[in-house]
Amino acid sequence: MMELVLALAIGVLAASGVWLLLRPRTFQVIMGLSLLSYSVNVFIFAMGRLRSGAPPVLRAGVEDPAAYADPVPQALVLTAIVISFALTALFLVVILASRGITGSDHVDGREPGA
Amino acid sequence: MIDWREHLIIGPIILPMVVAAAMLLFDERRRILKSAMALAAMAAILAMALVLLHDSATGAVGGGDTARVYQLGAWAAPYGIVLVADRLSTLMVALTSVLGACSLIFAIARWDRAGPRFHALFLLLVMGVNGAFLTGDLFNLFVFFEVMLAASYGLVLHGSGDARIRAGLTYIAINLTASLMFLIGVSLIYGVTGTLNMADLVERVRQMPANDVGLLHTGAAILGVAFLVKCAMWPLGFWLTQTYSAASAPVASVFAILSKVGVYVIIRMSLLLFGAEAGVSAGFGQTWLFIGGLVTLLFGTAGVISSRHLPRAAGFAVMVSSGTVLSVLGLGGVSALGGAIYYLVGSTLACSMLFLLAEILERGREPDAGGARAVFDDEYHDPFEDDERNEPGRLIPAAVAMLGGAFLACTLMVAGLPPLAGFIGKLAMIQALIGEGRLSDWVVVACLSLSSLGALIGLTRLGVSAIWARPDDAPALVVGTAELAAITGLLGACILLAVFGESAMVFAQHTADWLARPDAYVSATLGAGR
Repeated sequence: MMELVLALAIGVLAASGVWLLLRPRTFQVIMGLSLLSYSVNVFIFAMGRLRSGAPPVLRAGVEDPAAYADPVPQALVLTAIVISFALTALFLVVILASRGITGSDHVDGREPGA
Repeated sequence: MIDWREHLIIGPIILPMVVAAAMLLFDERRRILKSAMALAAMAAILAMALVLLHDSATGAVGGGDTARVYQLGAWAAPYGIVLVADRLSTLMVALTSVLGACSLIFAIARWDRAGPRFHALFLLLVMGVNGAFLTGDLFNLFVFFEVMLAASYGLVLHGSGDARIRAGLTYIAINLTASLMFLIGVSLIYGVTGTLNMADLVERVRQMPANDVGLLHTGAAILGVAFLVKCAMWPLGFWLTQTYSAASAPVASVFAILSKVGVYVIIRMSLLLFGAEAGVSAGFGQTWLFIGGLVTLLFGTAGVISSRHLPRAAGFAVMVSSGTVLSVLGLGGVSALGGAIYYLVGSTLACSMLFLLAEILERGREPDAGGARAVFDDEYHDPFEDDERNEPGRLIPAAVAMLGGAFLACTLMVAGLPPLAGFIGKLAMIQALIGEGRLSDWVVVACLSLSSLGALIGLTRLGVSAIWARPDDAPALVVGTAELAAITGLLGACILLAVFGESAMVFAQHTADWLARPDAYVSATLGAGR
């Protein structure tokens, strides 16, 4: 059940992200990129296998590796979140600059037919 | 006491990072200080890169037929993070430093005044590129890739203006999406194999149970797409010419190496993971590389012929260069790959030089120049508003002759005609391909010859109208000493590559042989800590 919910969540996020990414307005593009990066982050997390209640950090007295969750994807996802967040902020600035200079929020910098 | 040369491997990554960070402490107005810092850092990086290259060519300090491994924090390979310096990575780092140094010199003549924090961004770009070449595991490759891309986003917008912001928007959107695909690919590979270390992956791919192979291939293919976007393989590369021709000249010139980062990773990953000994996975993706590379080659050639402006033609020349290497890699021959590596170095130098020359030749003709408007008032300084500073340096009377000569050399390099290095590389590839003699080899030979002809026609036409048959209303050709020095540097590198053609070709051939033996890479990387 958990697998199904997670897979659906990743799928819906990614699909909405791709759809928005292909839209003509810059705001939609940045929302699409954000949704896509959420879906990718959850996906990375899922690649460490789904476990609940298993800590990723070693505790004294518990030596069985099967009692722990895989810490690597958690470290990866943290890095990926930071990087995609920073780059989304940067992209937002470029979009604002594009809006300011071209006077249009279309991704081509001009209204279609204009 | 640890040998200082062991620590040299991390130098090309640490040094630009530290200098770039230190530079941010100083005010934007202290341009001379910043230029001096950037130049000194670039000179040091160049020196380190050449020592590394020398070591791996001569076999000193554990170079030669093995890889030198630098363990960060002294953690052994599959668990710790390692940097791996072998022939291919040191060659690419050296190429980066040469391009970086020349582009920086060119920028200091004039372009670095067109916007804030140019030097720091430039050094961070160099750091990211060097890191991507030297790293030994996939996730650090992602991190360095992002450092490089983040700096490139800043640099592509350097100088501001309509065209750059519009091109930058596309560039950033496409590369952000490609980075997300990179992450999906990396995490899929981790999910199947349980490791991210490239050497460790080799073993695990070979012992992969049959029902996991599909997932591994999916991951590798998604990862591959992310890099093929970067090296502008045909259906994925339409962003390249638009972005590179809109970017300011020194930026476009150093960007010539960015597409080679994509090519480098494709070469490394496909030979390491999917080489001859990889069992069911052997040769995975080769057909796609072959077809995609070939179409890229033809598309780039058509683009060079049809371009009406030099910067666009230079952008297409970058695609021709990527396409050539990819299609030869797709054929899978070791001796042809040696030629392709030699060609890769020469063509990157030539493309980079072409971007610099294009800016000088088209100077004052771009409709956008001087028309750029400020977005953020405090950030922006128009490079063309200040007449006294606008002087690009001392003018040289024989400028036209020098520029003409340099352009001619560029054309010969890109088209692959004698006597320069482009010819030697193409000849080596064609010779090896004819030796193989399959139908696909002949197709590549035909396309390579066709692209030579196309590049020759396209570039000669543009060059004649830009230099020798300049329209009367075009502004006079002016070139500063520093700009000329940058171009001379790249030209000198091309000439050295041809003069020492034999030893360079032997090195390239050894590199290809080394790449065809992933076991040696594995034992060097994993054996270091045992």
